[in-house]
Amino acid sequence: MTRQEILTELKKVIAPYTTNKEMLADINEDTDLIRDLKINSANLVDIIIDAEAKYDIEIDYDAADKMMNVGTCIDVISERLK
Amino acid sequence: MGKRVVVTGMGVVAPNGIGLPAFLHAIQNGLSGVKFMPHYRELNFSCQLAGMPDFKWDSLTNYISDVTLHGLKGTNIGYGLVAALDAWADSGMPYDTDAPRWETGCVFGNSIADTEAMKNVIIRVDNKEARKLGSRVVEQAMNSGVTSYISGRLGLGNKVITNSAACATGTQAILMGYEYIKHGYAQRMLVGSAEHVDTYVYGAFDSMRVLSRKFNDSPEKASRPMSLTAAGFIPGSGAGALVLEDLDFALARNAKIYAEVLGGSSNSGGQRLGGTMTAANSTGVIRCINESLASSGIEAQRIDLISGHLTATNADRQEIQNWSDALGKKGNDFPYINSLKSMIGHCLSAAGSIETVASILQIAHEFVHPNLNLDDPNPEITNIVSADRIPVKMIKKEVNIVAKANFGFGDVNSCLILSKYN
Repeated sequence: MTRQEILTELKKVIAPYTTNKEMLADINEDTDLIRDLKINSANLVDIIIDAEAKYDIEIDYDAADKMMNVGTCIDVISERLK
Repeated sequence: MGKRVVVTGMGVVAPNGIGLPAFLHAIQNGLSGVKFMPHYRELNFSCQLAGMPDFKWDSLTNYISDVTLHGLKGTNIGYGLVAALDAWADSGMPYDTDAPRWETGCVFGNSIADTEAMKNVIIRVDNKEARKLGSRVVEQAMNSGVTSYISGRLGLGNKVITNSAACATGTQAILMGYEYIKHGYAQRMLVGSAEHVDTYVYGAFDSMRVLSRKFNDSPEKASRPMSLTAAGFIPGSGAGALVLEDLDFALARNAKIYAEVLGGSSNSGGQRLGGTMTAANSTGVIRCINESLASSGIEAQRIDLISGHLTATNADRQEIQNWSDALGKKGNDFPYINSLKSMIGHCLSAAGSIETVASILQIAHEFVHPNLNLDDPNPEITNIVSADRIPVKMIKKEVNIVAKANFGFGDVNSCLILSKYN
């Protein structure tokens, strides 16, 4: 999967957790989940759990801590898809 | 003398109607909300009926954000949100606010989190998958879940309290909100209660043999308070909510006023003198009613209507005796009395708030709602109260003062005195 393909899929994972739907359509690797997409910090856990289920991967707590923007999310997911 | 407290908004999710117009229509016309539950037959329950609101889960999109709704599983929270937010809108106020509403608090009660929803949690934990539970479980499992969702949506910034007193929860919540305003701690309180009787709670009541077992084929006849053939209650679900305000505060914003809360009392019989975990100590009940009258500054003869607890168990007769002893009234001299449970079953924690909404509608629209399934009144009850004081058809009449009481497990009692606003 290319980074672009992961980003496209990631949008669907993130969608239920942001009220900022316009911003979601235009996300890039620098988009911050909390600051830009106004996601409740407690819900980051849910995004990680949903991503694990979607890609059939396991994201440990240390890796999860890095997933603060779209780029780092893609880093963690693509590493585990290798 | 404290502040006067008035009701300026109401919302209801009842088995026989969601929203005030539907609920008013239902209680004026004696429409039953008791339904046959096929699933309960499969589960081998003895009673297979429930007072179940015709609730559309998707309707919550009109009340909360899609993000909040995603992952919301607690049925009691859904009911509570709709009743509370409807009451708020009915009171003429918008949901959204940037600043906390420091002048407004919330007392909302419930019995237990939605155990059916929590079953998923238990299965995952037992399956060693706790890390997959996500962030939304705790906020829905905690007793203050309903209150937290309501106060968060509306930005309520005064006291936010979750109460629980079994079947007396709803009336107790309203009383607590009334007291906070009366004593000047808050100018407005959003009060009420919610209940979702899931299969696990239902099963536990079924096993106590306190539910009506003989009417599974005729659901609408099953809830029979004060009837000779009353043989247990029908569990119900739903929520009721009221906006209470300091009278001056309500007048200053030209709020519509439905009624006034004159006073009330909440006590316990102490599980002494005949009171137990499951039975009321009559001395405690009578004391609660008398304290309510005293705190309201009214005499017993001014009560036009009693909205009873009256669940359709063998406790009905003793309840009537207690009212008679407390008020010093019997026969033709007894106030009108009715039981909303004849239409919707017993909504447990939500009973008091739904029944208070019904009581205030009767004051505001000047009627006494009928008692269903009273074609065979219990003679031990009509020995105390004339049958014509227990109407089986709606009576159109001015209703100035209602006494609304509920009695719960743990030998807890709550009584409110509600009045037309003069």
